[in-house]
Amino acid sequence: MPASPSTALVELRDLSFGYGERVILDAVSLTIPRGKVTALMGASGGGKTTILRLIGGQNRAQKGELRLYGGAGFEDVGAMDPTALYAARRRMGMLFQFGALFADLSVFENVAFPLREHTQLPDPLIRDIVLMKLNAVGLRGACDLMPSAVSGGMARRVALARAIALDPELIMYDEPFSGLDPISLGTAARLIRELNDSMGLTSVFVSHELEQTFAIADHVVILANGKVATEGTPEHVRQSTDPLVAQYVNADPDGPVRFHYPGPSIDDDFGGSGSRPARSAGWWGRA
Amino acid sequence: MSWYRPSDVGLETRAWLARLGQGARLFVRLLALVGPTFRRFGLVRDQMHFLGNYSLAIIAVSGLFVGFVFGLQGYYTLQRYGSSEALGLLVTLTLVRELGPVVTALLFAGRAGTSLTAEIGLMKAGEQISVLEMMAVDPVQRILAPRFWAGVIVMPMLAAVFSAMGIIGGWVVGVLLIGVDAGSFWSQIQGGVDVWRDVGNGLIKSLVFGTTVTFVALLQGYEAQATPEGVSKATTRTVVVASLSVLGLDFILTAMMFSL
Repeated sequence: MPASPSTALVELRDLSFGYGERVILDAVSLTIPRGKVTALMGASGGGKTTILRLIGGQNRAQKGELRLYGGAGFEDVGAMDPTALYAARRRMGMLFQFGALFADLSVFENVAFPLREHTQLPDPLIRDIVLMKLNAVGLRGACDLMPSAVSGGMARRVALARAIALDPELIMYDEPFSGLDPISLGTAARLIRELNDSMGLTSVFVSHELEQTFAIADHVVILANGKVATEGTPEHVRQSTDPLVAQYVNADPDGPVRFHYPGPSIDDDFGGSGSRPARSAGWWGRA
Repeated sequence: MSWYRPSDVGLETRAWLARLGQGARLFVRLLALVGPTFRRFGLVRDQMHFLGNYSLAIIAVSGLFVGFVFGLQGYYTLQRYGSSEALGLLVTLTLVRELGPVVTALLFAGRAGTSLTAEIGLMKAGEQISVLEMMAVDPVQRILAPRFWAGVIVMPMLAAVFSAMGIIGGWVVGVLLIGVDAGSFWSQIQGGVDVWRDVGNGLIKSLVFGTTVTFVALLQGYEAQATPEGVSKATTRTVVVASLSVLGLDFILTAMMFSL
């Protein structure tokens, strides 16, 4: 069930985006409800990460509007000037797929970074805040380690502590579960839910992990072929009869989302003397 | 891209002009950020340490060997005309006016420029630049500007070290090994080198070269494709573009400074 505009923190209206000829999002409309955990799901290349980048203003939509924060500050991200965009970004946090920690700073300094950049807080207070944030993700004891000394799962938790350092209203996670072992995966899912509830955040995350996603999300959006195939509660999505959604939820390799990339027919490529010539194998194909 | 099709040529020209415009805009931004950058001098100081101190060994050793060679070659030429006591002046003027700024800039492009490009390119590939943007931290102000101004500052210092080591090299070969009179060696330098016309112009050259090399390195890193191949190409372009720019600018500056 879509959230009403009054409860929405982010609202996309007829939003279209593409790279050159390739359409990624085609007149997509959806709302991200305030205070809830929203999951963006769908096949690879379906525009999930693009939506996060559009919300953060890293990409600008070619058509449509993307409105943030509701109330008086309900502004179209695409129309913001750099100052307004940076002000909007200070109210959000983003966790990148692989953490993207600053390699030359320790775990402590990574988390302290946004505090040092955006506040004039004294060092003892910064220390306390950083240790509190690291404690929230279970890594207070790792504060002196360098990013090269922590595992992938730990790096993402450090990045999460950094993303919540300034107590944002909105936090976005780009595939927080990818490449994690079952323990780390469960920990990451629990953290997303607990931080959302305890800090009063609004969370949006991109995921391909059905079980954990359905366990923690309040609102699930399935994207396919540049459109919203369905959205609603996890139960609503599971019971959907839409072939696109059924293919995704049942993990079928073929269906409305095609297995084969569009190209010439089998006969064109293998049909004997009339078959089209092979393309150059390039550098990798040379003997 | 084919050079005989007007549409392709037009497209390529437009893309080249767009890159030029982006580069010019970045350069103006870096210059305009001088105030905010120096208000956080700690960031500039760290980069000066990274770009300057770590380049010191290669600059000093290169300067010494260039001085050795100039001592030998200079003596060989000057003694034909009975003016071997002018060896110190020859070595000094050559280094301070030309070779100090130029060779230092070329070495700086190879040592520090490539490292800047690779660092910025890898930050981009590792999404660290995107993280900064999403934290509402301007990467140009926080990452590029301190490096740019550090490069501008350390380049004249490194050129001075290069020239000083070169003069010592010339003295070692000319005075200690060949036996040129030490008094003549130093007094010719003292009497023949003009602080403003020779040292000052060399300083201006090294400032211009420092600005050029550092800017080229940062631009290439910032515009690099976020892939291993993209970073590799950007690093190569830094050396090629920076070196050619330094040599071209050296001719222009020399023509302006010493021909007028």
